[in-house]
Order: sequence, then C-alpha cells, then structure tokens
Amino acid sequence: MTDATLTAKPALSPQQIRRIAWIAGPVLLVIVLTLLTRSGAIGPSDWTYKILVDPFVTMWSLPDLLIQTLWEGFVAGVLYALIALGFVLIFKASGVFNFAQGIMVVFAALSLIGFYEILVGRLGIPAGYAAAMVALIGALGIMLLLAVAVERIVLRPLVNQPDIIMLMATVGLSFFLTGFGELAFGGNPKVMITSALGLPTGSSSIDVPGGRINVQHLDVAAAVIATILIVSLGIFFQKTRIGRALRAVADSHKAALSVGISLNQIWIIVWFTAGIVALVTGIMWGARSEVSFALEVIALKALPVLVLGGFTSIPGAIVGGLIIGIGEKLGEFYWGPLMGGGIETWLAYIIALVFLLFRPQGLFGEKIIERI
Amino acid sequence: MRAPSPTDIAAGEVILAVENVSLAFGGVKALTDVSFDIKKGEVRAIIGPNGAGKTSMLNCINGFYHPTEGRITFRGKTRPKMRPYEAAAGGIARTFQNVALFKGMSTLDNIMAGRTLKMNKGFFWQVLRHGPAMAEEIEHRHFVEEIIDFLEIQHIRKVPVGKLPYGLQKRVELGRALAMQPEVLLLDEPMAGMNLEEKEDMCRFILDVSNQYGTTIALIEHDMGVVMDLSDRVVVLEYGRKIADGTPDEVKRDQAVIDAYLGVPH
Repeated sequence: MTDATLTAKPALSPQQIRRIAWIAGPVLLVIVLTLLTRSGAIGPSDWTYKILVDPFVTMWSLPDLLIQTLWEGFVAGVLYALIALGFVLIFKASGVFNFAQGIMVVFAALSLIGFYEILVGRLGIPAGYAAAMVALIGALGIMLLLAVAVERIVLRPLVNQPDIIMLMATVGLSFFLTGFGELAFGGNPKVMITSALGLPTGSSSIDVPGGRINVQHLDVAAAVIATILIVSLGIFFQKTRIGRALRAVADSHKAALSVGISLNQIWIIVWFTAGIVALVTGIMWGARSEVSFALEVIALKALPVLVLGGFTSIPGAIVGGLIIGIGEKLGEFYWGPLMGGGIETWLAYIIALVFLLFRPQGLFGEKIIERI
Repeated sequence: MRAPSPTDIAAGEVILAVENVSLAFGGVKALTDVSFDIKKGEVRAIIGPNGAGKTSMLNCINGFYHPTEGRITFRGKTRPKMRPYEAAAGGIARTFQNVALFKGMSTLDNIMAGRTLKMNKGFFWQVLRHGPAMAEEIEHRHFVEEIIDFLEIQHIRKVPVGKLPYGLQKRVELGRALAMQPEVLLLDEPMAGMNLEEKEDMCRFILDVSNQYGTTIALIEHDMGVVMDLSDRVVVLEYGRKIADGTPDEVKRDQAVIDAYLGVPH
C-alpha cells in the first residue's frame, strides 16, 4: 500500500464544483427546453419559447444572417475597444478617468478635416492622398500640442491631488475643447475625408453557408487598423522601458520619482498616445457617419466596455469591446423585436452590469491586492 | 554585480555636504541649521527619536523637499532646487520608510524600473521593440538577474510584489535602488518591522554592498545594535537640530544623546 491510497481523497474543491455547474447548467437547460418543445408543452406563442428557443432556431436555420450579425458585432466591438483603449492608457498612467476622451476624438477628427480644407481650399493644393497625409501630420501635431498643454496647465499643478480633483479637471477640459472646437471649426457636421486618406469604400458579397453576406470594405480596413494599433500598443506598454515606467508611475508617484522616472515626460507620452488613438477613432467613426460634436457620446459606449474589461487592462479593453459589440448586435437582431427594437442603446450597460455582479474588478482588471 | 560608474572623488573624501540646512512647513520647523557631511565609501547613520527630522533630511538630500535655508552640495555641485529626477540621474538612490514599490508589477519589473535612467535607446526603437532597444533590454536584464542573485530573491522573480511579505518587499526595494548603480544609497529604516533573521540578512546585504562596491550609504535606523555595528559615523538629530556627530563609540557616550533617548530628570 502506498501513501496515496492511505490518504483520503479530498472531495471536489469549490472551484471545481462551480466550474462543473457553469458547464452543466446551460447544457441541462438546452436539454429541458428541447424536450419541452418536442413534447408540445411549450409552443411558438409562449414567452418562454420566444425568448429561449425561437432565436436559436432562427440562428440555426439561417446561418448567413447569423454570420452577418456576428461580423457587424465584431467590427463594432473592435471600434468600441479602440475608444476604451484611449481611456485605459490614461487611467493606467495617472489613475484618472479622462472625461475628455470623447471630445478628443471629435477634436482630432475636426482638426484633420480642418487642415485638409485649408490645404485644398485656401492653398490650392490638389485634393487627394498627398494633401490628406499632410493634414494627418498636422492633426497629429495638434494632438501633441494638446498633450503638452494638458501636462503643463492641467496635470502639473495638480500632482498629488485627490483623484476626484483630476476627474473634475478633465470634465473642465472637455468643456474647454467643445467651446474651442466650435469656435475654430464651426458647429456644423463635416464629412470625413475617407477616400483622400486612401481608405477603401464600397462593399462586396461573400458566399457563406446558407447564402451570402455583405461586407463593407471600410469595416474591414477599420478592423485591421484598429487591431494593429491595439496589439502594438499592448506590446509597447507591457514590454518596453517606457511601458514599465508608465506602469510604475501609475503605482506610486514618489517611488517612480526616486528611480529617476520623469512624471512630466511620461504624462506627455501617454496623452499624446491617447491623442493618436482618438484621431484613429475619429477617422473610423467619422467615416461611418459624419463628424459632429454629437460623436462625443460614443465615449459613453466605452463605459460598459471598461467596466467589463477592467480599467487597467489593454487585453480587457479588447475582449470587453468584442463582448459588448457582438452581444449588442445579437441582442438587437434576435431579441430586439420582442421588445419593439432599439434595445442596442441600453443592452451594453445591462451586459456590463451582469458581469459586474460576478467580477467587480472586471474580466482582466488587476487583482485587488491588499495585505491586512 | 558591477561597481557603480567611477567618479573623480576618491574614497574618504566628502561626496555630499549638508550645510546649515533648515526646513520649515509654514510655522513648523522640521530641520534647523543642520550641517554634516558624508564621505565616499562610508556607512553614515542618521539617528534620533521619532519626529527628529531624519526622513525630512533624506527627502531634502534626494530632492523631494527643498531646504528653506542652507545648501546641499553633491559631488562638488550645489543646486538650489534639485528635483528628484536630477538627484536620481546624479547617482542618489533611496528606499522608503513605508515601502514604496510598484505593487502591481513583478519583482523583476520593479528592479528593471531601477534601470530606467541607464536605458537610453530612443522612443522610436522602443515603439518597435526591436533592434537596439531589444539588445539593451537583454543587457539590462542580465544586470538585474545579478542583483536578484545577490539578494537571494530568485524564487519571487515573477511574483507581483504586492503579494510579498513585508521583509521581502524591503529587499526588493533595496534591489531596485541597487539597480540604479548609485553613488550614494539612502536607506530609510531598512530594517523596520523585520524579525531577527531578516534583520541579519539585511545587515549582511548592506555590508556587502558597502565592502564590495564601495557604495556610499546613508541610513536611518532605530535599532541601536544595528547602527553601532554597521556604521562608520553617526549623526544624531533631535527636534530638527543636530545634537551629536561622530563615531558610534563617541556618540554612545555623548551626554546630549543619552538625554535625548532616555529623557532628563526634572
């Protein structure tokens, strides 16, 4: 007899039990529902059938519609992730929820269009790719200027102030940018210079099982660009000296200072990076509708993504964005009609709320470490 | 581990001089007319009862506070308002009384953060994380591994420091300061809250750093046994004033010091 046989085998650990319940629960539900439907206990007119069975039957019988919805959800998700990323960057480095991120998106997009209009309209440079690139560089310059100004005027005088003061400062910043933007660019909606930037337009149909789906070329470009940006920023902030310095600043100002990290430099880098993200976001969202100050509210869409993914995690922003984007489109398409449609506007918050019940720190948020 | 970068100052000469330093926060005087010097290669202790101004003194030296009066000369240069960033770049590293680590980061990343100033490959390469930046990263990683070996913390290399027991956190903090290859190392109560074994380890590390690399060390400590064993010279503060300065034996016999610690009969 070995030692192993002598020691009593421990029962399943609570984690294992929970894991089994999570898998077994839905499977059981599916079996019960199938049996009930087959036996005729619930029919197409019952609410249980409409909510729990009918959507999945539709998904199964019309796979092309499902794939189309998933694709749209994916694109929306990537774009949500992009907005959320802007918040995460600044939150990681300074512990501040940057209320002005939404208006920064609008401001960046408007400066791009503004520069382009000046170049083409006043200076007579031929419209097209070259002018758009110069305008792009000009817009990047504006974002750098904004980062330096924010660091000098807003952050530096407020070092070591409570977070709520910093939050209010960003609220003030958003009002300033709104006013200044309307003064500089006018309040009328503008059209994004999509084709001049070399972004593809048009769409093509792709054969899938059950039919065809329609894919906008712009959506593909948006997904690719956003993915590249998110991944490279993720690596940059995780693995390099500047990234390490950034996380260090977020953890402790005085310790960061003592090893010779310059707070001012880090803040400029972070706000400039957030500015670049805002510009890309502005281009992508602007190209899908138009650029106006109303676009500012897309920042609110980032909130559920942040709650879901955790305020401090770049992978969290990506996964959170995808869950919200796909969940929202599926919900709208399959369950929306039951409630008269239009549930897209609030479903994201409900999804976030449900996640919050189980993981208060978000999916990928830093574990709350506290030694007592 | 390699020695700090060589300087023009020979061992035994004054590397850091504090002259007539006073520090006031509004009406509260934290330091009054304090003068002393630190010689290259020595272990200099700053002691005194609670609230004597010891930590304020360190904060002045490393640029967190700026003295209201007087001046601090480091390596022959006097800067009226030295900022922490400049102090670090000039070769002053420190640890804190209440450990100030980057809690969410691993031991390795914390110590790597200490290499920030030694790493200088441009932003561009950093963004690409390729070429020179990668080579630099590897080179500094080697250095950091040597420090980890030296401090015997190999087993916690990848652990987020927030999870570590206090004694180990203090050790990681020392490692981060050592990673800066400092000219002067300021230690604020390096043994506070440690058990006997941890204290002995920490003493050994401090002596090793001093003996092997000739690093100048200024430390604040309450454990008199440790202070008397480790330090070459001791400066004693009370209510923000210097009351004694000399070798451990001289200080131990000084009547003002005995009064400060034991109280005077009224």
